[in-house]
Amino acid sequence: MSQNKNNKAILFLLGNEAIARAALEAGVQVAAGYPGTPSSEIIRALSQEAKAHHLHVEWSTNEKVATEVAGAAALSGLRSLAAMKNAGLSVALDFLTHLSYTGLGDGGGAMIVVVCDDPDAHSSGDETDSRWLAKFAGAPCLEPTSIQELSEMMKWAFDLSEEFKCYVMVRGYTRLSHASSALPASEVPEVHREARLDTSQTISPYVARPKHAALLEKIARIRPRFEASPFNKYEGPEHPELLIVCGGSGSPCSTEAVEILGLQDSVGILRIGTLWPFPEKLIQDHVRRTEKILVIEEVDPFIEIHVKESLADANLEAKVVYGKGSGHIPGYGEMTTDRACKALAEIFHLDYQPRAVEYQGPLSEEVDNLLIDRGLTWCPGCAHRASFWALERAVKADGRDVYVTGDIGCYTLDVFPDGKGQIKALHAMGSGTGLAAGFGQLGKFNSKHPVIAICGDSTFFHASIPALINAVYNRSNMIQIVLDNDATAMTGFQPHPGTGFNAVGDPTNRIDLEEFCRSLGCTVAVTDPFDVRRTIKKIREFLKQQEGVRVLIMRRTCELVRMRQEKSMPFVLRVQEDKCRGEECSVCSRDFRCPALVQDLETGKVTIKEDICCGCGVCFDICPFNAITREEVKR
Amino acid sequence: MKSQPDPLNLIICGVGGQGNILISRLIGRALSRKGYFVTVGETFGSAQRGGAVFSGLRISKKKYYGPLIPEGQGHIIVSLEPLETLRILNAFGNADVITLTNFNSMYPVGVLSKRSVYPDLKKLRAGIQRLSQSSWFLNATDMAMELGSPISANVIMLGALAGSNSIPLSFEEVEEEVKDTFPGAKSDLNLRALKKGFQETRSQ
Repeated sequence: MSQNKNNKAILFLLGNEAIARAALEAGVQVAAGYPGTPSSEIIRALSQEAKAHHLHVEWSTNEKVATEVAGAAALSGLRSLAAMKNAGLSVALDFLTHLSYTGLGDGGGAMIVVVCDDPDAHSSGDETDSRWLAKFAGAPCLEPTSIQELSEMMKWAFDLSEEFKCYVMVRGYTRLSHASSALPASEVPEVHREARLDTSQTISPYVARPKHAALLEKIARIRPRFEASPFNKYEGPEHPELLIVCGGSGSPCSTEAVEILGLQDSVGILRIGTLWPFPEKLIQDHVRRTEKILVIEEVDPFIEIHVKESLADANLEAKVVYGKGSGHIPGYGEMTTDRACKALAEIFHLDYQPRAVEYQGPLSEEVDNLLIDRGLTWCPGCAHRASFWALERAVKADGRDVYVTGDIGCYTLDVFPDGKGQIKALHAMGSGTGLAAGFGQLGKFNSKHPVIAICGDSTFFHASIPALINAVYNRSNMIQIVLDNDATAMTGFQPHPGTGFNAVGDPTNRIDLEEFCRSLGCTVAVTDPFDVRRTIKKIREFLKQQEGVRVLIMRRTCELVRMRQEKSMPFVLRVQEDKCRGEECSVCSRDFRCPALVQDLETGKVTIKEDICCGCGVCFDICPFNAITREEVKR
Repeated sequence: MKSQPDPLNLIICGVGGQGNILISRLIGRALSRKGYFVTVGETFGSAQRGGAVFSGLRISKKKYYGPLIPEGQGHIIVSLEPLETLRILNAFGNADVITLTNFNSMYPVGVLSKRSVYPDLKKLRAGIQRLSQSSWFLNATDMAMELGSPISANVIMLGALAGSNSIPLSFEEVEEEVKDTFPGAKSDLNLRALKKGFQETRSQ
């Protein structure tokens, strides 16, 4: 954590670091998670404090295991935390639905599940709204409306969890997790709680029906606590013309929109921090003082639907509710002040223009003429660029209509507009392998497509293993390519079971990928993707084999990780201008697409952009005219 | 420095990997130390991989604002790449905006794949000038290469921002924060980069 060295004690923290800090101040002893944007910095921050504060912090193989590890600590009377992104909650849900029935036992433990959603899907395959899943799983759910509120709310959540013997879900979101601000720091307590298990009773959801009834009764007991919670706040006139009910990112956006439009005297804002069980009476009390309500929240109409339910329960249906249902707020994408302004302007019949017409004209002109998009691509020196180059060539040479399934990691960029477009099906973590196991069965129905699944090393451990075992067990015909770059790269280079290091940086058993796959009965080979020729040859060889599960591990450390460790370049690359065919060739630029290889606009000749080239040397191999020379850098 | 709007909205933008997040947090810390309420909003994750990235700082003397800057409400734009200056002007520009641009282009991958063409640099510069109340251009990447550290372009731009006198931080205050952020061996290089950028806008 970025503790300031000056006398003035300010911690300037990222939202996720503030979550970690609050957990530490609340006496957390065990924390587990799996990396996923925008949640990854929570476990990272705690792992950095693990040794100083005698914590157990781990990167678990997946989110389900992470919640089980955190659950074990809570069942033993300790305070624990599990952290994940929205997609990860789906993985963990099976355990969590049952943990709601069993509760945390009588040992005084507490457990927080932090789920960070990604509205706008900045770094996700979907915008899934986790708030429903808290309700689905029968877990109390809190959502901070600002980074400043986070610390208090986390501590309150731990106390609530301990008192009601149930885990509590805290929902984060990108604009909270990845916002930063100066925050006051409290003391981190010395926690000496010992783990104790009560072996006199069995913790189980059976018999389920009475356990379910007990859970409903527990939620009912929590509700009045939520009705009176300090995290639900009203600000505005006694009888507002319009009441905004908001949560999460909707809160700062509402405040600013009301300010921008100068509606402070007619609009009141009710912020809801306790989402489930929903504070019905609180809503009813506020709604009685107005006729119109606007609900401002991100993604799904969770608050909105519960507001409407609250109105129905109190025979207040005559009130007008604006929001997603009425079309005033979109049901997708993240909340912005602009969206809130637009909705308010519509309701109050105001003319709202974010900027002057005299500026908008020239702006549109320049933008139309000059602005182009900037797609995502692999970093210079990334092994994935070479891997997909090899895959593309091997598939072409094979001649058949090969079907490639993909997975979640940096290699996902293959499906973006400027990727290689090799991956034809992409879903969730591990799904590439599961789908391939299925496609690999369809030969008996006359499918002619050879099947290749691609996943990364961390993904392999997360969810590909059961699918691979399934493929072997059910005799599927498929190739598994593991792009092993020695890190969970996309989310910030976290270690995983194949790296030989754990979350706190200690050496641990390294799971040997090839030995593991061989033990399952797979045919296994290993190549270096930078050795493009051999890699193409291996893929072709595996494509020719017509049965069984073949695993090709393409191993090359992530360039960003290598750079951090070695701080040097392996090669210096130069282009021989006379040999470069420029526009008529363009292979290194148009096809290979390394950002460090740039064609001159006039001559078409390629130059190497020294400020970003990292000297991987692959361009030396792929240039059809040997126009690129490489010189080894002596160390 | 003329009277500043409240909240003051400062944007640091560029291409993934150029180090704009580091700079935005550094400014955020320095201003918080002076008693300002600062919220920094960042977009990162997959966007890091060659994509357009930006951080927005909401700086106020009165209270904390949310991390997202409303459309058309940018006051200062520090950009590590000229195309990105235009992209940010499109979202947050207005007649009073000040821009500082590292005039070193990084081609989007769509330019490499020939899906699009990078705009003419003269026109791009003129466009940025037209859409800014005042605009500064420097080649921070070349200057950083001269220092033997291309990655230091971000710190040079930070120095240029301090030299432009558009944020309520003195050179010394920024310098202090740079020393804190880059301890040990990296400190000297970054202080030189900072000074280089500062002199560039001071002399312009």
